[in-house]
Amino acid sequence: MMTWLTTTWAEARRAPVLALLWAAAAALVIYVFIGGGYLIAVLHFAAIYVVFVTGLNIFMGFAGQVSFGHNAFAAISGYTSAVLTATHGWEPLPAAALGILGALIAALIVGYPTLRLRGHYLAMATLAIGLIVYEVAVQWQSVTQGYMGISGIPPLGIGRFEVTSDRAILIFLIVVAALGVAAAAGIRHSRLGRAFVAIAGSEDAARALGIDVARYKLAAFLISAFYAAVAGSLFVHAVGFVSPEVYGLHMVVLAFTMLYVGGIGTVAGAALGALVIGILPETVRRFSEYQDLAYGTLLILILIYAPGGLASLSRLSTRRKKEDA
Amino acid sequence: MSLLTLEKVTQRFGGLVAVDNVSLNIKQGGITAIIGPNGAGKTTLFNAISGFRTPTEGRVAFNGDDITGLAPERAARRGLVRTFQLVQLFETLTVLENVKVGRHLHTSGGLLSALIPWRARAIEAQVEDIARGLLHRVGLAAQAEMIASALPYGQKRLLEIARALASEPKLLLLDEPAAGLNRTETSRLADVIRVIAAQGVTVLLIEHDMNFVMNIADRVAVLDFGKLIAEGTPTEVQKNKDVIAAYLGTMEAAHA
Repeated sequence: MMTWLTTTWAEARRAPVLALLWAAAAALVIYVFIGGGYLIAVLHFAAIYVVFVTGLNIFMGFAGQVSFGHNAFAAISGYTSAVLTATHGWEPLPAAALGILGALIAALIVGYPTLRLRGHYLAMATLAIGLIVYEVAVQWQSVTQGYMGISGIPPLGIGRFEVTSDRAILIFLIVVAALGVAAAAGIRHSRLGRAFVAIAGSEDAARALGIDVARYKLAAFLISAFYAAVAGSLFVHAVGFVSPEVYGLHMVVLAFTMLYVGGIGTVAGAALGALVIGILPETVRRFSEYQDLAYGTLLILILIYAPGGLASLSRLSTRRKKEDA
Repeated sequence: MSLLTLEKVTQRFGGLVAVDNVSLNIKQGGITAIIGPNGAGKTTLFNAISGFRTPTEGRVAFNGDDITGLAPERAARRGLVRTFQLVQLFETLTVLENVKVGRHLHTSGGLLSALIPWRARAIEAQVEDIARGLLHRVGLAAQAEMIASALPYGQKRLLEIARALASEPKLLLLDEPAAGLNRTETSRLADVIRVIAAQGVTVLLIEHDMNFVMNIADRVAVLDFGKLIAEGTPTEVQKNKDVIAAYLGTMEAAHA
């Protein structure tokens, strides 16, 4: 405990801006948790996006690839879970598990052939699957009820123990998000994660050192699809409702914004970006009609003054100190 | 016994014959240099050996096995590891992490050991020890925590070699290791390569710098317009008339 405190303090001194952001995030969570109300739903949303963006970061940040279609994996998992529970009366947990499995199979079918090719084939293929899944959700009305969406989706739980209250759901989502972030950190510092970042650095050099590039790209893709699928299922059970718009193209745009604002490639950056962008629109809500303007201005400021994302603020402040000395 | 055997290796690009019917034996141990003027086909030959490009004709054998057209990652598994003419580091990683990646083939563990850190703790500690040892060997121990992109060019070359050594190659292919280095860096590099060879790694290198080659190589092979025109000890090659005409001759003419 003591060592944890001292290392945290040392980290905080090294990167005061970053520490301040984390402290603000923690304070906000506590404040909202006690105060309750509408902001709890905002935090639900932010925590789910922490899972989604942390996964996307493994594929895009670690392995250096591009995907425009991870919303498809969230949609496959979310819709499977929603239909099985709301329409067919399944228990949420097995329904979510089957949904995640389905998403992984879809990821394997898209990823296996395209990841063997160099260039932008995968980016195009993912864009396609994102659009296809959206269209299916709209058109397959007998199952998905089209734009109407599916409501009355039960909350997560096992048997009689259900996570129903807003506060309980928030705790549950934060625990899942924390596990996701910890797993991503574990991957980054393992042999697996080193193979990922090596591929991002130089495919030729990675191959010369014996790394099977196609295989590790596929592994990164599947792991990030798993995160997306988990996020997709969490959403339907936390909100109790799903419609095609939930997993539309805006999900990709939002996740990209979070990834770049937070700092692509770093575990902390992905999580922080998801939290900040998840919460930011609400904090500027008081500017009413200028809300989007204020939101946009903040984004531009972040990208100008921290082009490596919020996570790069630690490096920025150390650089300043060196220049001062 | 010969470690690497090239049999009539030919590489054509359309009408251009970049490597023309080259046969060569590299014995176990020692330092062999392939020299030749710009565009002689040296790097193309390297690509054919290391699997980055399958030769149009001919055969490459390593350790007695046919490896013609074998993918680079598979060749690496057999102990044939190369570096690149334009240094290919993992620029955003630290110097230490770059070398750690080199341990890929000699460690195991996938997702499970990534998620349960204590499963891999012993291996990770060993990887770190070996990586630091290699950095020490090439003189980069003090830079271990630096981001690789921040290194000066000469140190980047040394780092690329340390990283290649981490994969414990039997045959190390160095593509113009002294290119762009100043005199001090070049002599430091020569020392490093000599130590590597002394520890039993067979070294095959491509080089432009004649002083460097004559200084360091046990054997020299000369390519000109894709053809092997001479092979032997540095002194033998220096006396060879074809070589003087093709390579040294042009240099003397340039000096005159």
